[in-house]
Amino acid sequence: MSEYYFRTSDLSVGYGGKPLIHDIEIGVRAGEILTLIGPNGSGKSTILKTVTKHLAAVKGDSHIADASVNGMSYKELSKKLAVVLTERIKGELLTCYDVVATGRYPYTNTLGLLSQEDRDKVYAAMERVHAFELAEKDFTAISDGQRQRVLLARAICQEPEIIVLDEPTSFLDIRHKLELLSILRSMAKEKGITVIMSLHEIDLAQKISDKILCVRGDTIRYFGTPEEIFREEIINALYGIPQGAYNIGFGSVELPPPTGTPKTFVISGCGGGIPVFRRLQKENRPFCAGILYENDLDYPVARSLAAQVISETPFAPISDETYARALEAMKQCETVICVPFPIGDGNRRIADLIKEAEALGLLQEERSETHAGA
Amino acid sequence: MTKTEKTARLAARARYLAVFIGLIAAFAVITVWNINSGSVRIPVKEIARIIFLREGEQMNIIWKLRMPRIIAAAVLGGGLALSGFLMQTFFGNPIAGPFVLGISSGSKLFVAMVMIVALRYVNFVSSWMMVIAAFVGALIAMGFVLLAARSIRQMSMLLVAGIMIGYICSAATEFLITFAQDSDIVNLHNWTQGSFSGTKWEDVRFFSILILGCLLAVFLMSKPIGAYQMGESYAQSMGVNVKRFRVILILMSSLIAGCVAAFAGPISFVGIAVPHLIKMLLKTAKPILVIPASFLGGGVFCMFCDYLARTIFAPVELSISTVTAIFGAPVVIAMLIRRHGEKS
Repeated sequence: MSEYYFRTSDLSVGYGGKPLIHDIEIGVRAGEILTLIGPNGSGKSTILKTVTKHLAAVKGDSHIADASVNGMSYKELSKKLAVVLTERIKGELLTCYDVVATGRYPYTNTLGLLSQEDRDKVYAAMERVHAFELAEKDFTAISDGQRQRVLLARAICQEPEIIVLDEPTSFLDIRHKLELLSILRSMAKEKGITVIMSLHEIDLAQKISDKILCVRGDTIRYFGTPEEIFREEIINALYGIPQGAYNIGFGSVELPPPTGTPKTFVISGCGGGIPVFRRLQKENRPFCAGILYENDLDYPVARSLAAQVISETPFAPISDETYARALEAMKQCETVICVPFPIGDGNRRIADLIKEAEALGLLQEERSETHAGA
Repeated sequence: MTKTEKTARLAARARYLAVFIGLIAAFAVITVWNINSGSVRIPVKEIARIIFLREGEQMNIIWKLRMPRIIAAAVLGGGLALSGFLMQTFFGNPIAGPFVLGISSGSKLFVAMVMIVALRYVNFVSSWMMVIAAFVGALIAMGFVLLAARSIRQMSMLLVAGIMIGYICSAATEFLITFAQDSDIVNLHNWTQGSFSGTKWEDVRFFSILILGCLLAVFLMSKPIGAYQMGESYAQSMGVNVKRFRVILILMSSLIAGCVAAFAGPISFVGIAVPHLIKMLLKTAKPILVIPASFLGGGVFCMFCDYLARTIFAPVELSISTVTAIFGAPVVIAMLIRRHGEKS
């Protein structure tokens, strides 16, 4: 018995016998969540389709609990693996109950009639995803968020050991995204169901996944835990985005910064500078931020958006050298914006910097209400 | 399960029961009505005597002429609806059917060819030969439709391709008949327009066994058909071997459509209109209900249309397609408009 519940060995996936992505070697333990991330068209869906046997593997095989997927009949596979696809469910005149009930297919008799036990399981699955009240509604008449939940209920009542979901959060608003993912999370942890899915939202992928697979190009870029994968250089390379665009601390993305020599100098701290940075970025005005401690809330955003950042080692008093650099940079600028923030023993010299700015006649006091929402 | 769900389920069951009882009642009424009417009127009491005791003056009229024709309308009509339902399932398109896709016309062409050749050289045509010819014709027409469907993904283009194939086959059939002015194939012209007249008892026996056998087989396939209605990918994830199932669907629907065409010629709109009406009545598309109900409905519909075809302008008979089109085409148009309304 391998330590992994689901694994692939030397798997190549693609269409018409032509490999698109090769040498896929991944392993997931039971109850873990594996998320595929990567740019559009990178082949995430192709991998998922091969895992679900909708597409024949070009080379290699996958194993569920050491049983070869290639060697499994569709019927055997349907008792182990359920899917939520991006594809629209066809069918007409179906209530949500009917759709969920199709999940019982592998377990019903020759004519597909549901037993009382099947019906109970259908309702239990709907309850599980908070879709109970949708049972008698027409499947075409519900919202995207409800539809995804009904499809998830369908997958759940198939009683699988693995659920494969292709971009389950597309078209969902933030509340429904969180709802769906937390259902997946609790299913994985409580019932030991292994989840394999693709996501576009890398911030959510980071938070929900146990394993991350980065797909780009003809082979797997990276495979590992979120801690290993969510590094600026990996994400930047994966999506082909410039340095600073992905903010590792917040797990969020930033638009490209204005380039050129700084025209504005921003003195800020404790998060108060963030709205100012964003405003300057929208005005396309290159700016210099300083003096920021490297653990300041403003610091990561400044690094993404500022043309120049003057920073100091956390918890140390501002050194002469840093101060001199800041002063030099400030003198090059046309204006200085100062956002009020606490000044204590460590950053005492910020006060000197503000005085200098005042003396140079560059200082604009930032009105506090403009950043009240920071 | 809450109370509302229970009532909803009970209401659905009551509906299904009502539809089936209604269909069976309509079936019985139309059967009697059909036997009863024609150039010689026969009272109902007399009919019962003839059918159950096999005695009476008009026994020959009923037993030799009217009964085979009625059974033909019932069984072949049911077969048409069934074949239409299978094609709609296969193409995922509610207006697919043996007539619009040109399958019936393909059968017609092949049956005409076999008949002309056989009558000229062997002077004998068996039911087997006709059905095999019709099946081969249906499969070839289906092959062309599938080719078109593969290169053009659009559903409307599929239908256009089917209609064109139908026209080509009809033209070729007309051509054959025009130049084969044999006295034996005068009847052929009637048949190419679609008709239940002239059905013989040995035909009845033959197609009844074939079509009722197909009905049973299709009914037993309700489960995978239901899965297939959700889309191929979902069907496969439920454990259906989709590739094999597609082949079975094609063979089954072509066999039924071919068999109907071999005995009654091409009949329009039954295959589309009846399954649609049945789904509307049942308010569900579940195959386990729709398959038997469509079969019954197709029988009722064709018996009704055949009744009109032979009585309205008696002694002149209309072709059955004339009547089925009058009732079937508006249903199809209504369905298209309704569907369009739902989408936009």
